[in-house]
Amino acid sequence: MDYATSLYLTGAEIGLSISGLVLLLVSAWGGARVTRLVTILAAAALFGAAIFTGHLFTELSVPAAGDAFGGLYRADDFSSFAKILIYLAVIACLMITPKYLAANGIYRSEYPILLLFGAVGMSMMVSAVDLITLYIGLELSSLSSYVLASFARDDVRSSEAGLKYFILGALASGILLYGMSLIYGFAGTTDYAAIRLAFIGGIETGALFGIVFVLAGLAFKIAAVPFHMWTPDVYEGAPTPVTAFFASAPKVAAVAILMRIALEPFADHVDSWRQIVVFAALASIVVGALGAIGQDSLKRLLAYSSINNVGFILIGLATATQLGTSAMMTYLVIYVVMTLGSFTALLMLRAEDGRPFETFSDIAGLATRKPAIAWCLLLLMFSLAGIPPLFGFWAKFVVFRAAVEADLIALAAIGIAASVIGAFYYLKFVKVMFFDEAEGSVVKTSPIGQWIVLILAGIIVSPLGYFLNGLLDAWSSDAAASLFYLV
Amino acid sequence: MIGIEHYIVVSAILFVLGVLGIFLNRKNIIVILMAIELILLAVNINLVAFSAFLNDLTGQVFAMFVLTVAAGEAAIGLAILVIYFRNRGTIAVDDVDRLKG
Repeated sequence: MDYATSLYLTGAEIGLSISGLVLLLVSAWGGARVTRLVTILAAAALFGAAIFTGHLFTELSVPAAGDAFGGLYRADDFSSFAKILIYLAVIACLMITPKYLAANGIYRSEYPILLLFGAVGMSMMVSAVDLITLYIGLELSSLSSYVLASFARDDVRSSEAGLKYFILGALASGILLYGMSLIYGFAGTTDYAAIRLAFIGGIETGALFGIVFVLAGLAFKIAAVPFHMWTPDVYEGAPTPVTAFFASAPKVAAVAILMRIALEPFADHVDSWRQIVVFAALASIVVGALGAIGQDSLKRLLAYSSINNVGFILIGLATATQLGTSAMMTYLVIYVVMTLGSFTALLMLRAEDGRPFETFSDIAGLATRKPAIAWCLLLLMFSLAGIPPLFGFWAKFVVFRAAVEADLIALAAIGIAASVIGAFYYLKFVKVMFFDEAEGSVVKTSPIGQWIVLILAGIIVSPLGYFLNGLLDAWSSDAAASLFYLV
Repeated sequence: MIGIEHYIVVSAILFVLGVLGIFLNRKNIIVILMAIELILLAVNINLVAFSAFLNDLTGQVFAMFVLTVAAGEAAIGLAILVIYFRNRGTIAVDDVDRLKG
Protein backbone atom coordinates (compact mmCIF):
# COMPACT_ATOMS: atom_id res chain seq x y z
CA MET A 1 0.00 0.00 0.00
CA ASP A 2 1.74 3.13 -1.13
CA TYR A 3 1.55 6.47 0.59
CA ALA A 4 -0.33 8.30 -2.17
CA THR A 5 -3.23 5.84 -2.00
CA SER A 6 -3.39 6.21 1.77
CA LEU A 7 -3.53 9.98 1.47
CA TYR A 8 -6.16 9.75 -1.24
CA LEU A 9 -8.39 7.48 0.81
CA THR A 10 -8.15 9.68 3.89
CA GLY A 11 -8.66 12.80 1.76
CA ALA A 12 -11.85 13.88 3.50
CA GLU A 13 -10.29 13.81 6.97
CA ILE A 14 -7.09 15.48 5.82
CA GLY A 15 -9.02 18.22 4.05
CA LEU A 16 -11.19 18.82 7.10
CA SER A 17 -8.20 18.85 9.48
CA ILE A 18 -6.34 21.38 7.36
CA SER A 19 -9.39 23.60 6.99
CA GLY A 20 -9.95 23.37 10.75
CA LEU A 21 -6.39 24.48 11.49
CA VAL A 22 -6.45 27.28 8.89
CA LEU A 23 -9.82 28.53 10.14
CA LEU A 24 -8.45 28.50 13.69
CA LEU A 25 -5.70 30.87 12.56
CA VAL A 26 -8.18 33.01 10.65
CA SER A 27 -10.34 33.33 13.73
CA ALA A 28 -7.35 34.06 15.94
CA TRP A 29 -6.31 36.95 13.70
CA GLY A 30 -9.72 38.13 12.59
CA GLY A 31 -11.43 38.21 15.97
CA ALA A 32 -15.19 38.63 16.19
CA ARG A 33 -15.53 40.10 12.68
CA VAL A 34 -14.82 36.83 10.87
CA THR A 35 -17.18 34.58 12.83
CA ARG A 36 -19.75 34.45 10.07
CA LEU A 37 -17.10 33.88 7.40
CA VAL A 38 -15.58 31.03 9.43
CA THR A 39 -19.00 29.42 9.79
CA ILE A 40 -19.61 29.57 6.04
CA LEU A 41 -16.13 28.25 5.22
CA ALA A 42 -16.52 25.41 7.72
CA ALA A 43 -19.82 24.43 6.10
CA ALA A 44 -18.15 24.62 2.67
CA ALA A 45 -15.30 22.39 3.85
CA LEU A 46 -17.77 19.85 5.19
CA PHE A 47 -19.72 19.99 1.95
CA GLY A 48 -16.54 19.37 -0.01
CA ALA A 49 -15.68 16.44 2.25
CA ALA A 50 -19.17 15.02 1.73
CA ILE A 51 -18.80 15.29 -2.08
CA PHE A 52 -15.39 13.62 -1.95
CA THR A 53 -16.72 10.83 0.25
CA GLY A 54 -19.67 10.38 -2.10
CA HIS A 55 -17.15 9.98 -4.90
CA LEU A 56 -15.35 7.26 -2.90
CA PHE A 57 -18.71 5.63 -2.18
CA THR A 58 -19.50 5.20 -5.85
CA GLU A 59 -15.94 4.37 -6.89
CA LEU A 60 -14.88 1.70 -4.40
CA SER A 61 -16.63 -1.51 -5.24
CA VAL A 62 -14.23 -3.89 -3.52
CA PRO A 63 -14.19 -2.92 0.16
CA ALA A 64 -10.75 -4.28 0.92
CA ALA A 65 -9.26 -2.00 -1.73
CA GLY A 66 -9.84 0.87 0.66
CA ASP A 67 -7.30 0.03 3.37
CA ALA A 68 -4.94 2.86 4.21
CA PHE A 69 -1.85 3.28 6.39
CA GLY A 70 -1.07 -0.41 6.73
CA GLY A 71 -4.55 -1.47 7.79
CA LEU A 72 -5.21 1.18 10.41
CA TYR A 73 -7.96 2.80 8.41
CA ARG A 74 -10.52 1.58 5.93
CA ALA A 75 -12.55 3.55 3.43
CA ASP A 76 -15.41 1.27 2.44
CA ASP A 77 -19.05 1.79 1.56
CA PHE A 78 -20.03 1.47 5.21
CA SER A 79 -17.74 4.23 6.40
CA SER A 80 -18.55 6.45 3.41
CA PHE A 81 -22.27 6.13 4.08
CA ALA A 82 -21.86 7.01 7.76
CA LYS A 83 -19.48 9.87 6.95
CA ILE A 84 -21.79 11.49 4.43
CA LEU A 85 -24.59 11.33 6.98
CA ILE A 86 -22.31 12.85 9.64
CA TYR A 87 -21.09 15.67 7.38
CA LEU A 88 -24.61 16.57 6.27
CA ALA A 89 -25.83 16.54 9.88
CA VAL A 90 -22.99 18.85 10.93
CA ILE A 91 -23.74 21.20 8.01
CA ALA A 92 -27.37 21.32 9.17
CA CYS A 93 -26.15 22.11 12.70
CA LEU A 94 -24.05 24.96 11.31
CA MET A 95 -27.04 26.32 9.40
CA ILE A 96 -29.42 26.41 12.36
CA THR A 97 -26.95 27.81 14.87
CA PRO A 98 -25.78 31.40 14.25
CA LYS A 99 -28.95 33.28 15.15
CA TYR A 100 -29.42 31.42 18.42
CA LEU A 101 -25.85 31.86 19.58
CA ALA A 102 -25.79 35.50 18.50
CA ALA A 103 -28.97 36.14 20.49
CA ASN A 104 -27.24 34.73 23.55
CA GLY A 105 -24.05 36.65 22.92
CA ILE A 106 -21.91 33.54 22.50
CA TYR A 107 -21.50 33.41 18.73
CA ARG A 108 -17.75 32.89 18.48
CA SER A 109 -15.75 31.41 15.64
CA GLU A 110 -14.56 28.55 17.85
CA TYR A 111 -18.01 27.04 17.49
CA PRO A 112 -17.79 26.02 13.80
CA ILE A 113 -14.16 24.99 14.29
CA LEU A 114 -15.04 22.66 17.17
CA LEU A 115 -17.78 21.14 15.04
CA LEU A 116 -15.25 20.68 12.25
CA PHE A 117 -12.77 18.87 14.51
CA GLY A 118 -15.63 16.83 15.93
CA ALA A 119 -16.50 15.80 12.37
CA VAL A 120 -12.88 14.76 11.73
CA GLY A 121 -12.90 12.64 14.89
CA MET A 122 -16.19 11.04 13.97
CA SER A 123 -15.08 10.15 10.47
CA MET A 124 -11.90 8.60 11.88
CA MET A 125 -14.09 6.56 14.20
CA VAL A 126 -16.28 5.12 11.48
CA SER A 127 -13.26 4.29 9.31
CA ALA A 128 -11.19 2.73 12.09
CA VAL A 129 -10.25 -0.91 11.67
CA ASP A 130 -7.74 -0.82 14.48
CA LEU A 131 -8.33 -0.16 18.17
CA ILE A 132 -5.78 2.68 18.26
CA THR A 133 -7.39 4.58 15.37
CA LEU A 134 -10.74 4.02 16.99
CA TYR A 135 -9.55 5.46 20.29
CA ILE A 136 -7.96 8.55 18.73
CA GLY A 137 -11.04 9.32 16.64
CA LEU A 138 -13.36 8.79 19.59
CA GLU A 139 -11.35 11.10 21.82
CA LEU A 140 -11.09 13.80 19.15
CA SER A 141 -14.84 13.91 18.79
CA SER A 142 -15.50 13.56 22.53
CA LEU A 143 -13.11 16.34 23.52
CA SER A 144 -14.78 18.70 21.04
CA SER A 145 -18.15 17.68 22.44
CA TYR A 146 -17.18 18.44 26.05
CA VAL A 147 -16.18 21.96 25.09
CA LEU A 148 -19.31 22.44 22.99
CA ALA A 149 -21.56 21.35 25.88
CA SER A 150 -20.17 24.11 28.06
CA PHE A 151 -19.99 26.61 25.21
CA ALA A 152 -22.26 29.13 26.95
CA ARG A 153 -19.64 29.54 29.59
CA ASP A 154 -21.40 32.22 31.62
CA ASP A 155 -24.48 30.07 31.94
CA VAL A 156 -24.64 27.86 35.04
CA ARG A 157 -26.61 25.13 33.33
CA SER A 158 -24.34 24.93 30.32
CA SER A 159 -21.17 24.69 32.41
CA GLU A 160 -22.81 22.05 34.60
CA ALA A 161 -23.82 20.09 31.49
CA GLY A 162 -20.23 20.29 30.25
CA LEU A 163 -18.91 19.09 33.59
CA LYS A 164 -21.28 16.13 33.77
CA TYR A 165 -20.66 15.21 30.16
CA PHE A 166 -16.92 15.40 30.70
CA ILE A 167 -16.86 13.23 33.82
CA LEU A 168 -19.15 10.53 32.49
CA GLY A 169 -17.59 10.67 29.02
CA ALA A 170 -14.10 10.28 30.47
CA LEU A 171 -15.31 7.37 32.59
CA ALA A 172 -16.80 5.77 29.47
CA SER A 173 -13.52 6.24 27.59
CA GLY A 174 -11.68 4.66 30.52
CA ILE A 175 -13.98 1.63 30.55
CA LEU A 176 -13.69 1.31 26.76
CA LEU A 177 -9.90 1.53 26.94
CA TYR A 178 -9.69 -1.06 29.69
CA GLY A 179 -11.70 -3.40 27.48
CA MET A 180 -9.40 -2.64 24.56
CA SER A 181 -6.32 -3.39 26.65
CA LEU A 182 -7.78 -6.78 27.62
CA ILE A 183 -8.63 -7.57 24.01
CA TYR A 184 -5.13 -6.58 22.97
CA GLY A 185 -3.62 -8.76 25.67
CA PHE A 186 -5.59 -11.85 24.73
CA ALA A 187 -5.49 -11.41 20.96
CA GLY A 188 -1.95 -10.03 20.77
CA THR A 189 -2.96 -7.42 18.23
CA THR A 190 -5.14 -4.34 17.83
CA ASP A 191 -6.09 -4.96 14.22
CA TYR A 192 -9.71 -6.04 13.70
CA ALA A 193 -9.03 -8.73 11.10
CA ALA A 194 -6.16 -10.16 13.17
CA ILE A 195 -8.30 -10.13 16.33
CA ARG A 196 -10.89 -12.15 14.46
CA LEU A 197 -8.24 -14.68 13.42
CA ALA A 198 -6.85 -14.86 16.95
CA PHE A 199 -10.22 -15.79 18.42
CA ILE A 200 -11.23 -18.17 15.68
CA GLY A 201 -10.89 -21.26 17.86
CA GLY A 202 -12.76 -19.83 20.84
CA ILE A 203 -12.68 -16.90 23.18
CA GLU A 204 -11.07 -16.78 26.64
CA THR A 205 -12.79 -15.35 29.70
CA GLY A 206 -10.43 -12.40 29.81
CA ALA A 207 -11.21 -11.41 26.25
CA LEU A 208 -14.90 -11.86 27.00
CA PHE A 209 -14.49 -9.30 29.78
CA GLY A 210 -12.81 -7.09 27.20
CA ILE A 211 -15.83 -7.32 24.90
CA VAL A 212 -18.19 -6.50 27.75
CA PHE A 213 -16.12 -3.46 28.76
CA VAL A 214 -15.90 -2.22 25.17
CA LEU A 215 -19.65 -2.61 24.70
CA ALA A 216 -20.30 -0.81 27.99
CA GLY A 217 -18.06 2.08 26.98
CA LEU A 218 -19.76 2.40 23.62
CA ALA A 219 -23.20 2.13 25.23
CA PHE A 220 -22.26 5.26 27.18
CA LYS A 221 -21.44 7.08 23.97
CA ILE A 222 -24.71 6.16 22.26
CA ALA A 223 -26.65 6.73 25.51
CA ALA A 224 -28.13 3.25 25.71
CA VAL A 225 -29.68 2.11 29.00
CA PRO A 226 -28.16 1.37 31.60
CA PHE A 227 -25.58 4.01 30.67
CA HIS A 228 -28.00 6.80 29.79
CA MET A 229 -28.11 8.84 33.03
CA TRP A 230 -26.09 11.71 31.61
CA THR A 231 -28.26 12.23 28.54
CA PRO A 232 -31.24 14.19 29.89
CA ASP A 233 -29.03 16.47 32.00
CA VAL A 234 -26.55 17.21 29.24
CA TYR A 235 -29.23 17.68 26.59
CA GLU A 236 -31.13 20.07 28.82
CA GLY A 237 -28.14 22.09 29.96
CA ALA A 238 -26.22 22.46 26.70
CA PRO A 239 -27.23 25.27 24.32
CA THR A 240 -30.02 23.97 22.04
CA PRO A 241 -28.01 23.92 18.77
CA VAL A 242 -25.32 21.91 20.56
CA THR A 243 -27.98 19.52 21.80
CA ALA A 244 -29.18 19.10 18.23
CA PHE A 245 -25.61 18.23 17.28
CA PHE A 246 -25.20 15.72 20.16
CA ALA A 247 -28.40 13.96 19.22
CA SER A 248 -27.44 13.59 15.56
CA ALA A 249 -23.87 13.24 14.28
CA PRO A 250 -22.01 11.70 17.28
CA LYS A 251 -24.79 9.17 17.66
CA VAL A 252 -24.34 8.06 14.04
CA ALA A 253 -20.60 7.70 14.56
CA ALA A 254 -20.91 5.79 17.84
CA VAL A 255 -23.54 3.43 16.46
CA ALA A 256 -21.35 2.86 13.40
CA ILE A 257 -18.29 1.88 15.45
CA LEU A 258 -20.44 -0.32 17.63
CA MET A 259 -21.62 -2.10 14.47
CA ARG A 260 -18.12 -2.44 13.09
CA ILE A 261 -16.62 -3.73 16.31
CA ALA A 262 -19.43 -6.21 16.92
CA LEU A 263 -19.56 -7.47 13.35
CA GLU A 264 -15.91 -7.48 12.26
CA PRO A 265 -13.57 -8.70 15.02
CA PHE A 266 -16.28 -10.51 16.98
CA ALA A 267 -18.45 -11.73 14.12
CA ASP A 268 -17.69 -15.35 15.04
CA HIS A 269 -18.81 -14.84 18.63
CA VAL A 270 -22.25 -13.35 18.21
CA ASP A 271 -23.58 -15.34 21.15
CA SER A 272 -21.11 -13.74 23.51
CA TRP A 273 -22.43 -10.21 22.88
CA ARG A 274 -25.97 -10.67 21.64
CA GLN A 275 -27.55 -10.91 25.12
CA ILE A 276 -25.98 -7.62 26.13
CA VAL A 277 -27.24 -5.87 23.01
CA VAL A 278 -30.74 -7.34 23.39
CA PHE A 279 -30.88 -6.19 27.00
CA ALA A 280 -29.63 -2.71 26.15
CA ALA A 281 -32.11 -2.45 23.27
CA LEU A 282 -35.16 -3.43 25.31
CA ALA A 283 -34.12 -1.42 28.36
CA SER A 284 -33.50 1.67 26.19
CA ILE A 285 -36.86 1.40 24.50
CA VAL A 286 -38.73 0.99 27.79
CA VAL A 287 -36.78 3.55 29.81
CA GLY A 288 -36.85 6.02 26.92
CA ALA A 289 -40.62 5.67 26.68
CA LEU A 290 -41.43 5.71 30.41
CA GLY A 291 -38.86 8.33 31.37
CA ALA A 292 -40.29 10.88 28.97
CA ILE A 293 -43.84 10.68 30.27
CA GLY A 294 -43.46 12.87 33.32
CA GLN A 295 -41.17 15.42 31.69
CA ASP A 296 -42.17 19.04 31.31
CA SER A 297 -38.94 20.22 29.70
CA LEU A 298 -39.03 19.74 25.94
CA LYS A 299 -35.28 19.18 25.65
CA ARG A 300 -35.36 16.46 28.32
CA LEU A 301 -38.25 14.91 26.50
CA LEU A 302 -36.31 14.83 23.24
CA ALA A 303 -33.36 13.36 25.16
CA TYR A 304 -35.53 10.46 26.30
CA SER A 305 -36.85 10.19 22.77
CA SER A 306 -33.29 9.74 21.51
CA ILE A 307 -32.66 7.04 24.14
CA ASN A 308 -35.82 5.33 22.92
CA ASN A 309 -34.66 5.51 19.30
CA VAL A 310 -31.24 4.09 20.15
CA GLY A 311 -33.09 1.07 21.53
CA PHE A 312 -34.76 0.49 18.17
CA ILE A 313 -31.44 0.86 16.37
CA LEU A 314 -29.86 -1.73 18.68
CA ILE A 315 -32.57 -4.24 17.74
CA GLY A 316 -31.01 -4.20 14.28
CA LEU A 317 -27.60 -4.96 15.79
CA ALA A 318 -28.98 -7.83 17.87
CA THR A 319 -29.92 -9.62 14.64
CA ALA A 320 -26.23 -9.66 13.55
CA THR A 321 -27.38 -10.13 9.96
CA GLN A 322 -26.78 -8.11 6.83
CA LEU A 323 -30.45 -7.24 6.67
CA GLY A 324 -30.36 -5.99 10.25
CA THR A 325 -27.30 -3.87 9.55
CA SER A 326 -28.82 -2.27 6.49
CA ALA A 327 -32.00 -1.63 8.53
CA MET A 328 -29.85 0.17 11.12
CA MET A 329 -28.35 2.39 8.44
CA THR A 330 -31.80 3.29 7.13
CA TYR A 331 -33.00 3.95 10.67
CA LEU A 332 -30.02 6.20 11.37
CA VAL A 333 -30.71 8.36 8.31
CA ILE A 334 -34.37 8.81 9.17
CA TYR A 335 -33.60 9.31 12.87
CA VAL A 336 -31.08 12.07 12.12
CA VAL A 337 -33.59 13.87 9.90
CA MET A 338 -36.33 13.66 12.53
CA THR A 339 -34.07 14.75 15.38
CA LEU A 340 -32.54 17.69 13.55
CA GLY A 341 -36.02 18.75 12.44
CA SER A 342 -37.47 18.69 15.95
CA PHE A 343 -34.55 20.56 17.50
CA THR A 344 -34.66 23.14 14.72
CA ALA A 345 -38.33 23.73 15.45
CA LEU A 346 -37.47 24.18 19.13
CA LEU A 347 -34.74 26.64 18.19
CA MET A 348 -37.14 28.72 16.12
CA LEU A 349 -39.53 29.16 19.02
CA ARG A 350 -38.67 32.08 21.24
CA ALA A 351 -40.73 34.60 23.13
CA GLU A 352 -40.50 38.19 21.94
CA ASP A 353 -38.17 39.06 24.81
CA GLY A 354 -35.75 36.40 23.53
CA ARG A 355 -36.55 33.73 26.12
CA PRO A 356 -36.45 30.29 24.43
CA PHE A 357 -39.46 28.00 24.67
CA GLU A 358 -38.57 25.15 26.97
CA THR A 359 -41.70 23.65 28.48
CA PHE A 360 -45.07 22.39 27.33
CA SER A 361 -46.87 25.47 28.61
CA ASP A 362 -44.72 27.57 26.24
CA ILE A 363 -45.89 25.75 23.14
CA ALA A 364 -49.58 25.67 24.11
CA GLY A 365 -51.77 26.67 21.19
CA LEU A 366 -48.82 27.00 18.85
CA ALA A 367 -51.00 26.04 15.89
CA THR A 368 -52.76 29.39 16.00
CA ARG A 369 -49.61 31.43 16.66
CA LYS A 370 -47.03 29.79 14.37
CA PRO A 371 -48.99 27.39 12.14
CA ALA A 372 -46.10 26.48 9.83
CA ILE A 373 -43.80 25.39 12.64
CA ALA A 374 -46.67 23.63 14.42
CA TRP A 375 -47.53 21.59 11.33
CA CYS A 376 -43.89 20.66 10.75
CA LEU A 377 -43.63 19.57 14.41
CA LEU A 378 -46.83 17.58 13.97
CA LEU A 379 -45.26 15.68 11.06
CA LEU A 380 -42.03 15.13 12.99
CA MET A 381 -43.74 13.94 16.16
CA PHE A 382 -46.07 11.55 14.32
CA SER A 383 -43.03 10.31 12.44
CA LEU A 384 -41.03 9.77 15.66
CA ALA A 385 -44.01 7.87 17.05
CA GLY A 386 -43.88 5.67 13.93
CA ILE A 387 -47.36 6.36 12.62
CA PRO A 388 -47.74 4.79 9.16
CA PRO A 389 -47.96 7.26 6.33
CA LEU A 390 -44.87 9.05 7.66
CA PHE A 391 -41.27 8.06 7.07
CA GLY A 392 -40.53 7.22 10.72
CA PHE A 393 -42.80 4.24 10.31
CA TRP A 394 -40.56 2.86 7.56
CA ALA A 395 -37.52 3.11 9.84
CA LYS A 396 -39.21 1.03 12.53
CA PHE A 397 -40.65 -1.32 9.92
CA VAL A 398 -37.28 -2.30 8.41
CA VAL A 399 -35.74 -2.86 11.86
CA PHE A 400 -38.59 -5.07 13.01
CA ARG A 401 -38.64 -6.93 9.71
CA ALA A 402 -34.95 -7.75 10.15
CA ALA A 403 -35.59 -8.89 13.74
CA VAL A 404 -38.44 -11.17 12.67
CA GLU A 405 -36.38 -12.67 9.87
CA ALA A 406 -33.54 -13.37 12.30
CA ASP A 407 -36.02 -15.25 14.53
CA LEU A 408 -35.95 -12.63 17.26
CA ILE A 409 -39.73 -12.51 17.32
CA ALA A 410 -40.05 -11.95 21.08
CA LEU A 411 -37.66 -9.00 20.85
CA ALA A 412 -39.64 -7.48 17.97
CA ALA A 413 -42.95 -8.00 19.76
CA ILE A 414 -41.78 -6.33 22.97
CA GLY A 415 -40.24 -3.50 20.94
CA ILE A 416 -43.49 -2.84 19.08
CA ALA A 417 -45.48 -2.94 22.33
CA ALA A 418 -43.11 -0.46 23.96
CA SER A 419 -43.21 1.87 20.97
CA VAL A 420 -46.90 2.33 21.71
CA ILE A 421 -45.98 3.71 25.15
CA GLY A 422 -43.63 6.12 23.43
CA ALA A 423 -46.45 7.34 21.20
CA PHE A 424 -48.06 8.84 24.31
CA TYR A 425 -45.69 11.75 24.68
CA TYR A 426 -45.32 12.41 20.99
CA LEU A 427 -49.10 12.73 20.84
CA LYS A 428 -49.03 14.96 23.93
CA PHE A 429 -46.83 17.35 21.94
CA VAL A 430 -49.45 17.51 19.21
CA LYS A 431 -52.33 17.80 21.67
CA VAL A 432 -50.70 20.72 23.49
CA MET A 433 -49.89 22.54 20.26
CA PHE A 434 -53.24 22.11 18.60
CA PHE A 435 -55.87 21.92 21.34
CA ASP A 436 -54.61 23.99 24.27
CA GLU A 437 -55.26 27.71 24.82
CA ALA A 438 -52.57 29.97 23.45
CA GLU A 439 -50.79 32.39 25.78
CA GLY A 440 -47.74 34.64 25.67
CA SER A 441 -45.89 36.04 22.71
CA VAL A 442 -43.72 34.44 20.06
CA VAL A 443 -41.15 35.96 17.72
CA LYS A 444 -42.37 36.76 14.23
CA THR A 445 -39.41 35.83 12.07
CA SER A 446 -36.81 33.11 12.01
CA PRO A 447 -33.58 32.99 10.01
CA ILE A 448 -33.62 31.38 6.59
CA GLY A 449 -31.14 28.64 7.54
CA GLN A 450 -33.47 27.28 10.21
CA TRP A 451 -36.43 27.37 7.81
CA ILE A 452 -34.48 25.42 5.19
CA VAL A 453 -33.54 22.67 7.65
CA LEU A 454 -37.03 22.48 9.16
CA ILE A 455 -38.81 22.35 5.80
CA LEU A 456 -36.39 19.80 4.36
CA ALA A 457 -36.87 17.62 7.46
CA GLY A 458 -40.63 18.05 7.16
CA ILE A 459 -40.61 17.03 3.49
CA ILE A 460 -38.40 14.00 4.11
CA VAL A 461 -40.50 12.62 6.97
CA SER A 462 -43.75 13.31 5.11
CA PRO A 463 -45.05 10.53 2.83
CA LEU A 464 -43.01 12.20 0.06
CA GLY A 465 -39.97 10.66 1.76
CA TYR A 466 -40.94 7.27 0.38
CA PHE A 467 -39.67 8.44 -3.02
CA LEU A 468 -36.20 8.25 -1.44
CA ASN A 469 -36.78 4.64 -0.51
CA GLY A 470 -35.18 3.04 -3.54
CA LEU A 471 -31.97 5.04 -3.15
CA LEU A 472 -31.86 4.68 0.62
CA ASP A 473 -32.35 0.92 0.42
CA ALA A 474 -29.67 0.51 -2.23
CA TRP A 475 -27.16 2.63 -0.32
CA SER A 476 -27.75 1.07 3.06
CA SER A 477 -27.55 -2.46 1.69
CA ASP A 478 -24.28 -1.53 -0.06
CA ALA A 479 -22.98 -0.20 3.23
CA ALA A 480 -24.10 -3.30 5.13
CA ALA A 481 -22.63 -5.59 2.46
CA SER A 482 -19.20 -4.05 2.84
CA LEU A 483 -19.32 -4.74 6.57
CA PHE A 484 -20.01 -8.40 5.88
CA TYR A 485 -17.38 -8.71 3.20
CA LEU A 486 -14.96 -11.36 4.43
CA VAL A 487 -11.35 -10.40 4.02
CA MET B 1 9.10 -14.31 39.96
CA ILE B 2 6.68 -11.62 38.96
CA GLY B 3 4.51 -12.77 36.07
CA ILE B 4 1.89 -11.21 33.84
CA GLU B 5 -0.87 -12.12 36.34
CA HIS B 6 0.56 -9.78 38.97
CA TYR B 7 0.46 -6.87 36.57
CA ILE B 8 -3.09 -7.66 35.55
CA VAL B 9 -4.20 -7.89 39.17
CA VAL B 10 -2.58 -4.56 40.04
CA SER B 11 -4.17 -2.90 37.07
CA ALA B 12 -7.58 -4.43 37.86
CA ILE B 13 -7.32 -3.11 41.43
CA LEU B 14 -6.39 0.37 40.17
CA PHE B 15 -9.24 0.31 37.70
CA VAL B 16 -11.79 -0.65 40.36
CA LEU B 17 -10.41 2.01 42.70
CA GLY B 18 -10.81 4.58 39.96
CA VAL B 19 -14.40 3.62 39.20
CA LEU B 20 -15.28 3.56 42.91
CA GLY B 21 -13.56 6.91 43.30
CA ILE B 22 -15.99 8.40 40.81
CA PHE B 23 -19.12 6.88 42.28
CA LEU B 24 -18.44 6.88 46.02
CA ASN B 25 -16.80 10.28 46.25
CA ARG B 26 -19.30 12.90 47.45
CA LYS B 27 -16.90 15.71 48.20
CA ASN B 28 -14.82 17.21 45.49
CA ILE B 29 -14.74 17.16 41.70
CA ILE B 30 -10.93 17.32 41.67
CA VAL B 31 -10.99 13.86 43.27
CA ILE B 32 -13.10 12.65 40.35
CA LEU B 33 -10.48 13.95 37.90
CA MET B 34 -7.84 12.04 39.86
CA ALA B 35 -9.97 8.90 39.72
CA ILE B 36 -10.20 9.25 35.94
CA GLU B 37 -6.42 9.48 35.73
CA LEU B 38 -6.21 6.36 37.88
CA ILE B 39 -8.39 4.46 35.40
CA LEU B 40 -6.22 5.54 32.49
CA LEU B 41 -3.06 4.53 34.35
CA ALA B 42 -4.56 1.12 35.05
CA VAL B 43 -5.09 0.79 31.31
CA ASN B 44 -1.50 1.79 30.65
CA ILE B 45 -0.13 -0.79 33.08
CA ASN B 46 -2.21 -3.40 31.31
CA LEU B 47 -1.02 -2.33 27.87
CA VAL B 48 2.66 -2.18 28.76
CA ALA B 49 2.57 -5.47 30.67
CA PHE B 50 0.86 -7.25 27.79
CA SER B 51 3.26 -5.64 25.36
CA ALA B 52 6.28 -6.94 27.27
CA PHE B 53 4.67 -10.33 27.73
CA LEU B 54 3.79 -10.69 24.05
CA ASN B 55 7.05 -9.20 22.76
CA ASP B 56 4.93 -6.88 20.64
CA LEU B 57 5.47 -3.13 20.43
CA THR B 58 1.87 -2.17 19.62
CA GLY B 59 0.88 -2.07 23.28
CA GLN B 60 3.58 0.46 24.12
CA VAL B 61 2.62 2.65 21.17
CA PHE B 62 -0.98 2.47 22.36
CA ALA B 63 0.14 3.46 25.86
CA MET B 64 1.90 6.55 24.48
CA PHE B 65 -1.28 7.56 22.68
CA VAL B 66 -3.30 7.06 25.85
CA LEU B 67 -0.86 9.22 27.83
CA THR B 68 -1.05 12.02 25.27
CA VAL B 69 -4.80 12.00 25.03
CA ALA B 70 -5.11 11.80 28.83
CA ALA B 71 -3.11 15.03 29.10
CA GLY B 72 -5.45 16.77 26.66
CA GLU B 73 -8.46 15.38 28.46
CA ALA B 74 -7.23 16.62 31.84
CA ALA B 75 -6.64 20.10 30.37
CA ILE B 76 -10.18 20.30 29.03
CA GLY B 77 -11.62 18.87 32.24
CA LEU B 78 -9.85 21.46 34.37
CA ALA B 79 -10.92 24.25 32.01
CA ILE B 80 -14.55 23.21 32.32
CA LEU B 81 -14.11 22.95 36.09
CA VAL B 82 -12.78 26.51 36.19
CA ILE B 83 -15.77 27.97 34.31
CA TYR B 84 -18.07 25.94 36.52
CA PHE B 85 -16.42 27.30 39.64
CA ARG B 86 -16.70 30.85 38.27
CA ASN B 87 -20.44 30.42 37.85
CA ARG B 88 -21.26 28.59 41.06
CA GLY B 89 -18.44 29.35 43.48
CA THR B 90 -18.23 25.71 44.55
CA ILE B 91 -16.87 22.42 43.24
CA ALA B 92 -18.52 20.11 45.78
CA VAL B 93 -20.09 17.10 44.07
CA ASP B 94 -23.37 17.43 45.95
CA ASP B 95 -23.87 20.95 44.62
CA VAL B 96 -23.85 19.84 40.98
CA ASP B 97 -27.62 19.62 40.93
CA ARG B 98 -29.05 22.42 38.83
CA LEU B 99 -30.14 19.97 36.13
CA LYS B 100 -32.77 17.60 37.48
CA GLY B 101 -35.88 16.20 35.87
